[in-house]
Amino acid sequence: RMKYFTRLRVRRVYKWRGEPLSFNRKLKTCEYSSLSISVEGLPRTTVISTGQHILIEGEDEDNPYVARVIRLFESGKQKKAVVQWFVRVSEVPPSKLKLLGREPHPQEIFYYQGRSCDDEVNAESILRPVQVIVAAAFPDSDDKDTLYVKLSWDSKTFRVVDSASAEPAPASSPPPPPASRGPSRRALPTPDPAILRKASSGEAESLHSATKLSASKCLSAKRRNASARTPGVRKKLELSSPEKMTREDILSQLLDQELESDVALAQRLSSSPPRALPLTHSLTPLRKGSVCLKPSTVLLNKLSPSETESRDESSRSESTLTQGEVSFSRLVLFVLRVTTPSRKKESKTLREPALGVLAEVDNESSPMLPAAATPRSSKRKSAQLVSSRIRKQLNLLESRQDLDSDREDEDEFVPSKKELQSSSEEEEEEAEAGLDSDDEVVMKKSRHAAAGSRTPRSKQKSRSSTRTPRKTPNKKVAPGTPRTPRHATPSIPSRSLPARQPANVLEEARTRLHVSSVPESLPCREQEFQDIYSFVESKIIDGTGGCMYISGVPGTGKTATVHEVMRCLQHAADVDEIPPFHFIEINGMKMTDPHQAYVQILQKLTGQKATADHAAALLEKRFSNAAPRKESTVLLVDELDLLWTRKQNVMYNLFDWPTRRHARLVVLTIANTMDLPERIMINRVASRLGLTRMSFQPYSFKQLQQIITSRLNKVKAFEEDALQLVSRKVAALSGDARRCLDICRRATEICEHSSADPSATGLVGMSHVMEALNEMFSSAYVTAIKSSSSSGAVIAEFRRLGLEEVFVQHQALCRVEGLQPISVSEGLAVCQRLGACRLLLLEPSRLGVLQRIRLNVSQDDVLYALKAD
Amino acid sequence: MSKRKGKDAHLPVGECITLVQQILRERLCHQQLPDKPDGIEAQHKHLLELLKRTAVHGESNSVLIVGPRGAGKTMLLKCVLRDLLEEKEAQKNLLQVHLNGLLQTDDRIALKEITRQLHLENVVGDKVFGSFAENLAFLLEALKKGDRSSSRPVLFVLDEFDLFAHHKNQTLLYNLFDVSQSAQAPIAVVGVTCRLDVLELLEKRVKSRFSHRQIHLLSNLTFTEYLERVQTQLCLPDDFPDSKFAQDWNDSIQTLCEDKSVEEVLQRHFNSSKDFRSMHMLLMLCLSRVSVAKPAIKPADLLEASRLCFADAKANMLHGLSILELCLIIAMKHLNDVYEGEPFNLQMVHNEFKKFLQRKSNSMYNFDQPVIMKVCINMKPLSKFFLPFNSFPATRFLESNTLYCFRCSSAMIGRITVNIYIFCMKTDKFNIFPSKPITYTSCFSSPSGLRAPAAAGADPTG
Repeated sequence: RMKYFTRLRVRRVYKWRGEPLSFNRKLKTCEYSSLSISVEGLPRTTVISTGQHILIEGEDEDNPYVARVIRLFESGKQKKAVVQWFVRVSEVPPSKLKLLGREPHPQEIFYYQGRSCDDEVNAESILRPVQVIVAAAFPDSDDKDTLYVKLSWDSKTFRVVDSASAEPAPASSPPPPPASRGPSRRALPTPDPAILRKASSGEAESLHSATKLSASKCLSAKRRNASARTPGVRKKLELSSPEKMTREDILSQLLDQELESDVALAQRLSSSPPRALPLTHSLTPLRKGSVCLKPSTVLLNKLSPSETESRDESSRSESTLTQGEVSFSRLVLFVLRVTTPSRKKESKTLREPALGVLAEVDNESSPMLPAAATPRSSKRKSAQLVSSRIRKQLNLLESRQDLDSDREDEDEFVPSKKELQSSSEEEEEEAEAGLDSDDEVVMKKSRHAAAGSRTPRSKQKSRSSTRTPRKTPNKKVAPGTPRTPRHATPSIPSRSLPARQPANVLEEARTRLHVSSVPESLPCREQEFQDIYSFVESKIIDGTGGCMYISGVPGTGKTATVHEVMRCLQHAADVDEIPPFHFIEINGMKMTDPHQAYVQILQKLTGQKATADHAAALLEKRFSNAAPRKESTVLLVDELDLLWTRKQNVMYNLFDWPTRRHARLVVLTIANTMDLPERIMINRVASRLGLTRMSFQPYSFKQLQQIITSRLNKVKAFEEDALQLVSRKVAALSGDARRCLDICRRATEICEHSSADPSATGLVGMSHVMEALNEMFSSAYVTAIKSSSSSGAVIAEFRRLGLEEVFVQHQALCRVEGLQPISVSEGLAVCQRLGACRLLLLEPSRLGVLQRIRLNVSQDDVLYALKAD
Repeated sequence: MSKRKGKDAHLPVGECITLVQQILRERLCHQQLPDKPDGIEAQHKHLLELLKRTAVHGESNSVLIVGPRGAGKTMLLKCVLRDLLEEKEAQKNLLQVHLNGLLQTDDRIALKEITRQLHLENVVGDKVFGSFAENLAFLLEALKKGDRSSSRPVLFVLDEFDLFAHHKNQTLLYNLFDVSQSAQAPIAVVGVTCRLDVLELLEKRVKSRFSHRQIHLLSNLTFTEYLERVQTQLCLPDDFPDSKFAQDWNDSIQTLCEDKSVEEVLQRHFNSSKDFRSMHMLLMLCLSRVSVAKPAIKPADLLEASRLCFADAKANMLHGLSILELCLIIAMKHLNDVYEGEPFNLQMVHNEFKKFLQRKSNSMYNFDQPVIMKVCINMKPLSKFFLPFNSFPATRFLESNTLYCFRCSSAMIGRITVNIYIFCMKTDKFNIFPSKPITYTSCFSSPSGLRAPAAAGADPTG
């Protein structure tokens, strides 16, 4: 595996190579063409020159930033570089990854066209050069050293990358001399030969497996065939076409033609029985980089210096072929069809290692018929049939994958050492590399874990299925703690029958009045909306940070307003009015412990999972370091008071991060009490929270009425008076919009039930609303006393301290009323019952008759309830 | 069919009685849901409509069923669920989660239970993995992913709802109610509680998220309704195999309920509590007296059952005491009255006992202190009920068995406070004493005078 310099804990020395190209007097900057990086104690140096792709030190040591050098200059003794950024998959917000419409390749990067990142970096943060390829498809290689660009990302959409912009322009960046390049490569720890082989075979596999597809799969085979070769085509095109014709045009033209040619080829091939032969060979010259064909760039780093030279030569020679290249694949195939048997043999021996790997891969992916896929026999027709059958079966398996997902979870749950690895990517790599050796272990493990019901075969299957391109991004991004099943995607099973739609006006109204339905706009909170909006917007535009505290009693629309603001801002960002930003939300009530806040923030920000302490450290680093490019983050902390700890360090950090220079963090906090900062926060926390406060007043009855009206949105279900009654009543009591909506909903129900009698208008009237109000607000006690049995009522009548006295009184009363007096245990039982309803408060003890009781309701209530009888 | 009917029409009495016992017991022991909830039809309809809307329309709801113990809250819920599941659409979709505040004593356990019952993806077999925080995040994520129209509705039944309100921060309640008030997977939260003030237990933000729907089950039965209820509970169904026997049985029940003394007994029960459970208890006692020899419930049975139900447990305990034990208790009681509730020790009790004997020496043998000690130890289980020991560890009491400990333990025993109430003593207990019952009663005279209405006629000199 690759090791980065940072892991080695060495100091790097950065030096300019050569004389400054130019000197800018005004800015006092010197331009240089290349920079050499040497590691202390090692004789080799790495050279970075403009136009080259580099890795830049970032927060994540395993995934440094990727960029291309545009300028190198020295300004005031500081070595600087102007770069063009590329974004890794992990840097794209998970929500936006959906726009991709497919699973991103782990090695995929995106050409960054956003504007929110500073493109000037400190040259000393450069780690090393990296291989970046503009690819139309991704070879299945695991080489972490090669990255592929296919699309560009402007923080909103993915576009097909303009190859000219992604690749170094030939004019501006003269290719560095091979001599300097060689050592620089060697300066890196040389990749494991096994991986190398696999990388190359990865491509071989993609081609080879394509050839094995049966005619029914012809279409996809063609696509894969085509795409596997495009990198070469494009590279060449880019090197050899100085014409002014737009490159995309050429590219698309090329692709189209290639597709056509492939279709034609496929047709031709399907008619000719030994169709595997030519295709199988087609990969040989490609891979070998024989003189007549251009070597694919994927293999570039595996070529020896001499080969590199030959490559240069060949590419130059090929540049003459430019126009001919459109029929490149056809040509190749044509040539190969007439290849002599001797060549065939040679190619076969050459392919041997690759085939070995291929066999292994096939084994993995076709557990049902492991022996059938031996590649050597693939030439034979019968074997071909078998392999095509395997393919079909595989497809079936994949389609059945959903059903097996439970089982897969079980698999993934196996507490193996692999689970302990933090990086899932690493794990995957290892799983692949060590598959053979691990096989037995795996078997054992799976048997151990799966309660005997599963065979190792299914283990393999699930394993291979996780590596199919269909795997979801969150599966990969979220490495779990060892004890959780990592790949479990939480979901409630979906219903077998669709939910019914509202059928009549009242049902429609009820749906609209449900608190959960999101209204188009939030009436009556325009001022608050505007304030929050302008606050957050200004912070985002300035790229600064800040805190805001929002308070208000429950049900006054605090969270809804903030969400509305965020929706609007997101929209503004989408249409490019403001720079893009992240929006994260945490809720103090939705976590078990205040320190979980760190974990949740980190997870929502980066998708990483970590323990609370680790997450706090990572966030601290993230917000305090001057990362070269960073989007603003808006953090909404709901139910802030729940984040209170004794030392208040969670709150302290939340309010301290926005004050950091590079944090670009806007924190909006919501809580119920207006004076929360003064009451529970110690000074240093309250001071950091600042004085940007906002208070949501309870709704007045007019506002409540407006809210209901706007929600109903012309659905005529309520009488005007009824609405007014509800809103007045609620406004008088709490001003809670939720309450108001709930009462209205209840009223529609009552209306619906009573609509049986013909006099009803079908509208919710006063009587219905009154009933609903009574239901919700009437004191339960009075009804309870009314309905409690007479002894209970008698006992409850006395607000006495000792049960004994109550008994005596009760006896007297019984004599008066001519009832039989009750015994002690009976009386106690009655008291217990009333105590359970909390009509009485009882001493929690077994004191018996000495137990003290107290009335839990006011005496007036009792008298009222009894009088009403 | 007719053949069978003809045969069944003449079942032997024994079989009939067995059948009757079986049918009625099922009914009275709540093993069988009634076909229709009596007296709470409105509540039944309300709840059924509510849950149906969740199950069918995917509308989130929350509701509390409040009522005193034995009022039929769970019965109502079960009836509603039974009726709801008869509908195919609901049956196919609805997921149910049943929690009980007495079992899920904190949110961690409750979350695991929810996850287990929902068969979410982090369940392996019967176990739920992951930490508390992860479980919470997982569940919330799962609920968040769903939406109104596509995911299956989940019904959460929280029994002993008030206990959930005591969980830390009320996290579970907040989250459940929050889900029910936002556009996530449709859920219905049904809380069952007997506390009328349950809403005051909720935190204000939790309260605001609750829909404030409460279904009160407060029976305001009148006595006639109560009587009817008794009758219907005892009547045999129409599909009883032996129709003649059923007819006879029902007639006998009819006459039973019209009996004056029965009515009185039931009135008394009605006065003390209206709930079904105590009524069922009473009827159960009656039912168990039915046999082949006596194939009907007679008013006497009901009276006897009522006597059993109303029997005072504490007075009952005195029935089995020996004379010496009783004397000791009387002595303690006397001491208690004299010293006005001050603690005393065994020595004092013994002295009191001796004084007592001196006066009426002919009636009883003067026991030694060890015997008294032994008797006290034997009475220990009783003492739990009517001799509360204040901060006196039970084990120390046993140590007094040893000779050495005796002296010091007599000091330790001193912390006995005796509370015997007159009501217990004035039972027919004293008829057991053949000699001089009045002597014993005399020692109950107490300064207050209030407590000894029965001893009012006795001389207060003792």
